[in-house]
Order: sequence, then structure tokens, then C-alpha cells
Amino acid sequence: MKILVPTKRVPSTDERVRIRPDGSGIEDASLAYMINPFDAIALEEALQIREQRGSNVEVTAIGIGNADFESELRTALAMGADRALRVDFDGCHDPWSVAQTLAAVVRREKPDLVLMGKQAVDDDANQAGQMLAGLLDWPQATFASKIEFVEPARLSVARETDRGLETILIRLPAVITTDLRLNEPRYASLPALMKAKKRPIETISCQDLGVSPEPKVRLVRLEQVTIDRTCERVADAAELVHKLRYEAKVI
Amino acid sequence: MTILAVAEHDGTQVRSGAYSALTVARDLAKNSGDNVELLVLGSGLDSVAADASRFAPVIVADHPLLANPTADRYARIIANVAKARDAVSIIANSTTFAKDILPRAAALLNAAMAGDVTGYSVGNGELLLRRPMYAGAAMAVVTLSGQPQVITVRASAFPSAGPLDQPGERTVWNVDASTLPNHSEYVGLESRPTLRPELTEARVVVSGGRPFRTSEEFENYVGRLADALNGAAGCTRALVDAGIAPNEWQVGQTGKVVAPQLYVALGISGAVQHLAGMKNSRVVVAVNSDPEAPMFSIATYGLVGDVRQIVPELIRELGK
Ligand SMILES: Cc1cc2nc3c(=O)[nH]c(=O)nc-3n(C[C@H](O)[C@H](O)[C@H](O)COP(=O)(O)OP(=O)(O)OC[C@H]3O[C@@H](n4cnc5c(N)ncnc54)[C@H](O)[C@@H]3O)c2cc1C
Ligand SMILES: Nc1ncnc2c1ncn2[C@@H]1O[C@H](COP(=O)(O)O)[C@@H](O)[C@H]1O
Repeated sequence: MKILVPTKRVPSTDERVRIRPDGSGIEDASLAYMINPFDAIALEEALQIREQRGSNVEVTAIGIGNADFESELRTALAMGADRALRVDFDGCHDPWSVAQTLAAVVRREKPDLVLMGKQAVDDDANQAGQMLAGLLDWPQATFASKIEFVEPARLSVARETDRGLETILIRLPAVITTDLRLNEPRYASLPALMKAKKRPIETISCQDLGVSPEPKVRLVRLEQVTIDRTCERVADAAELVHKLRYEAKVI
Repeated sequence: MTILAVAEHDGTQVRSGAYSALTVARDLAKNSGDNVELLVLGSGLDSVAADASRFAPVIVADHPLLANPTADRYARIIANVAKARDAVSIIANSTTFAKDILPRAAALLNAAMAGDVTGYSVGNGELLLRRPMYAGAAMAVVTLSGQPQVITVRASAFPSAGPLDQPGERTVWNVDASTLPNHSEYVGLESRPTLRPELTEARVVVSGGRPFRTSEEFENYVGRLADALNGAAGCTRALVDAGIAPNEWQVGQTGKVVAPQLYVALGISGAVQHLAGMKNSRVVVAVNSDPEAPMFSIATYGLVGDVRQIVPELIRELGK
């Protein structure tokens, strides 16, 4: 069984993101980066599936981006991925161009399962997995918080929806996107990270894949969001209720 | 040509967020001269279709195979309808229903998509869409190339559309069962029953954070204060991860986005991921034992103290 795990390099969630004065993007010079947290969850799930189902499971981490992506792909190797593959691409992405590229990778690699994040925490789009499933005409299960094999090629997936926890059954091959509750990703140990530095990362060009991914979303500008509220401190519950009733008039 | 608004419903009525999407659809149509049609999908839709037709002409895709919102089938129908109607845009309220289905429909249509749109303008004949990125730290202005354009909007950012003077026409969409995909089997939905209003629709939201260590404690403090204010109850990721509250109560970047008149944050530190889901509330109250908690920096009113002491006092004061 082959599992592909798309992993995106994103600014660390501990970072405060600042916008360049000209609005063309974020100030990225001194940012720390990480594997998109939802992708780390996807990778953890793939590794657990391999642990449960044995050595005939191969887990491949895929990054679509420039050479900087190698550092996150090495983290993926250190966590336990069998292979890491980078599709060299140094332009702008949108979920559409990512899905196009992943579809080409899927045609080449022929995985049984694509496990990926429900959303990249930089663009917050929440689209690439669903688009990939649509392009491949594969089953999809988004926002997964539990994945169980009910047959060798049939999965039960619990999905976190606005209405509650939904359960569906899907057949492989399929695309599954992960939500926060699926698991707690393991850390890559320092020795494993050192070892991963020496491991190869396969690189392919979009040309090799036969795709020319063109984003359909064009960023005109980014604006910093600031909240200008000044907090008025109140002394006790009585004062707070009074303010809410007679000043803010919200109750 | 048509602007298609896809309306989520509960089996009887259209969900109220769909009317915000309809407002956007009507406004765009006003500029472009297009028609607006509402699309409803499901099984046994008489009541839903009647409800929807009070607001716009309705296309009804009613078939037993559409009884549950499975992405493969719904996306296929939405794409087919969009093609048949030569849709210029497809618009829906940004819920997990739309997030699951519309990107798949966009892929079937080779269409560009923007999600969680909170505003727009027209410049040089192009539609400029505003949407948050980086957990709400930035607002992006984007354009989409090609047609149709697929757009989900945040209901809280737009008013609800009102009914028409005369009900709109109802058109039956012929569902060809033989062409529908059969990629997933729906098993069921499990949710924690609550009599409180839906989070995204409530005028008041009371949310709790890590200090609440059990479901009972959450109910006794957060739940009771929410009831005293006729509000909804929400929480941070910490409580959902710990199994204290169900996932559908999580407010934030990766949960629900709310913008009520009043948001009360009880024992919530104010991580950016949480703020992304509530910072557009009109009035924000923070109650926290740490006077330095970041939540205070975005609050309208702040009260330093122990939630276990302050919440009962608040409930007492509200009863006066
Ligand atoms: C990828 C990703 C996505 C995320 N998505 C979300 C999301 O959608 N929503 C979300 O909420 N979080 C999200 N988070 C988590 C977020 O970063 C924070 O960890 C979380 O919001 C913290 O929850 P909290 O405020 O309840 O807990 P804490 O940060 O632990 O804060 C608890 C607060 O309670 C105060 N306190 C303690 N005891 C008392 C008392 N007795 N009385 C009064 N105050 C007290 C403390 O001073 C503290 O400020 C996400 C994180 C990641 C990495
Ligand atoms: N450049 C990329 N390389 C690899 N995977 C990606 C890339 N961009 C997005 N993805 C995957 O697509 C998911 C959803 O992204 P998005 O639709 O942008 O929110 C992410 O969680 C990743 O798994």
C-alpha cells in the first residue's frame, strides 16, 4: 500500500506575521518555518497506518515548492517517512495549481491513499484536497478525526462538521484531509534529524510531470489587520453588567 | 447568465447563513445584469423549496440518492447545473458543507475559487475579493481568473437577504441517477444536543477556555452564563482536544467564525488562532486571572479574576 502525504512549508504558528509595506507579501526574511500542522497530523496518521499494517506500506512526503521546502521534507523523513519527493516550483501557488500538480504526481506514483491537511495555515484556503479528489474522480473524506480500516480497501472516517461528527465509508483509492483531533504528531528526534540530512530527496520538475500549474487566484495585495479597541478594565461583575446594559447596550 | 447561490438547509428550511450569500449574489447581479437562482439539493425537498422560493427562483435537485450531503454527488450536480445555466459565479455561505463540496465542484468546472470572503469591490471591471489569511493577521485582496468563479462568503460579514414580493419560480432539476458517483456511503451524524442558538447565528456567544476541566464544569459556568444571556456556548481548541466540548463548538481559525453583538471570553488566553474566529464581534468581554493575557488587548471590557468566582456573580447580577 502506498500513501502520499503532501506537506507544505508554512511560517511557524508561533510567529507574528507582518506584511511588507508595499503589500506584496509577508516579511519572510527572518521567519521560522514548519510543516503545516495539519500535514504533520496527516503524516503521523500515515506512519501509524504503516505501524499497524506492516512493512508493505510505503509513506512518501511530497512538497511542491522551491529548494527551501527541503528542510520540511527532511523533518518528514526524520519523523519516519520512507521517501521524500519535491516537485520543483518557484512561482505562486493556489490550491488549484497545487491540486493540478498533485494529480500529476498521483498518476505517476499510483498511491492507494492521499492523506493531507484540511487547510494550509498560511493561505487558510481549505481547498486543495477536495480539488484533487475532484480532478481524480476519487472518493474524499474531509476534516477527518478518526480513520479505521473496515476492510483492506474500505475505510470508515469520522468527519468534524459544523453539525457534529459525521461518519462515512469510502473505498480506496481516496483522498482524506485531516482535522486537529485525528492524532498528536510525534516529534522528530535530533539524531533522526541528523540522519535525515544525509538522505536523498527526489526532485522532479513540473515538465517531467507534464504539468504547467497556473494559479487561478491572483493576489493583488495583502493588508495588515489591526484591531483598534482599547480595553476598559472594570472592577467587578456588577460594574461589567452595568456597562453592558447601559453603555454598550448589548444586553 | 446566472449567479447560482447554493443553499444549505436542515430538511425543512434553508439555513439562515444562505441568505447572506444570497445578498452577495443579488448585489453582484445588480451590477452585471445576471439572474440569481438558488440551488437546493436533497431528498423530499417540498418544504425547503417552498421556503427558498420566497427569496429567489429555485432550482430543486430532489432525489433519494441526495438524501445526505456527500461531496461526490453534490459536487457533480452543482457542476452540471452551473454548466447548464452558464453560471458566472457560484456562491455559498462558508460552512463545512460548502468547504467540503464547492472546491470539488470547482475542480470539475476548471473554476477558480476564493473562500471565506468578507468583502468585495469592482475595480477595472474586475471583481476584487477580500479574504483573511494567516489566521486573520492579514487580509488578502484577490482576483479570480476564468468563469465560473466559486466563492464562499462569511455570513457574519453580510446582511441577510429579504423575501421577494412574489415567490420565485421553482424549477425541477432532473437527477440522472445513473450518472451519479457512488464514492461514499453515509453512516450517520453524532452531535451533542443543545437547546441553545447556533453559534454562528447567536446575538451573544459565551466561550470558555482551559480552566474548565470537565463537561459538567463547562456547563455550570459557560453554559449557565450563556443561558442567562440567551446566547450560544463556544470554546477554544484546548477543550475540544480534551474531549470536554464537541468539535462543533470550537471557535477560531480552524473552527467556527462568529461575530455576535457580544462575545464573552472566560479563561481564554487570546491565541491568534482563537482571535481569528471572534475578533470581529461588536463587543468583547474578557475575564481572566492573568492581567497580562493577550485577550485583554482586543477586549472592549476586561475583568481580572477567577472565572469560578466571577461567573456566578455575573449570573446573579444579570438576574437583578
Ligand atoms: C494549527 C492550529 C490551529 C488552531 N486552531 C484553533 C482554533 O480554531 N481555535 C482555538 O481556540 N485555538 C486554536 N488553536 C490553539 C491555540 O493556539 C491555543 O492553544 C488555544 O486557543 C488556547 O486555548 P485556551 O485559551 O483555552 O488555553 P490557554 O492558552 O492555556 O489559556 C488559558 C487561560 O485561562 C486563564 N486562566 C486559568 N485559570 C483561570 C481561572 N481560574 N480564572 C480565569 N482565568 C483563568 C489563564 O490565565 C490563561 O490566559 C490552534 C492551534 C494550532 C497550532
Ligand atoms: N505547496 C504545497 N506542497 C505540498 N502540499 C501542499 C502545498 N500547498 C498545499 N498543500 C496541501 O494542501 C492542503 C490544503 O491546502 P489549502 O487548500 O491551501 O488550504 C495542505 O494541508 C497540504 O497538504
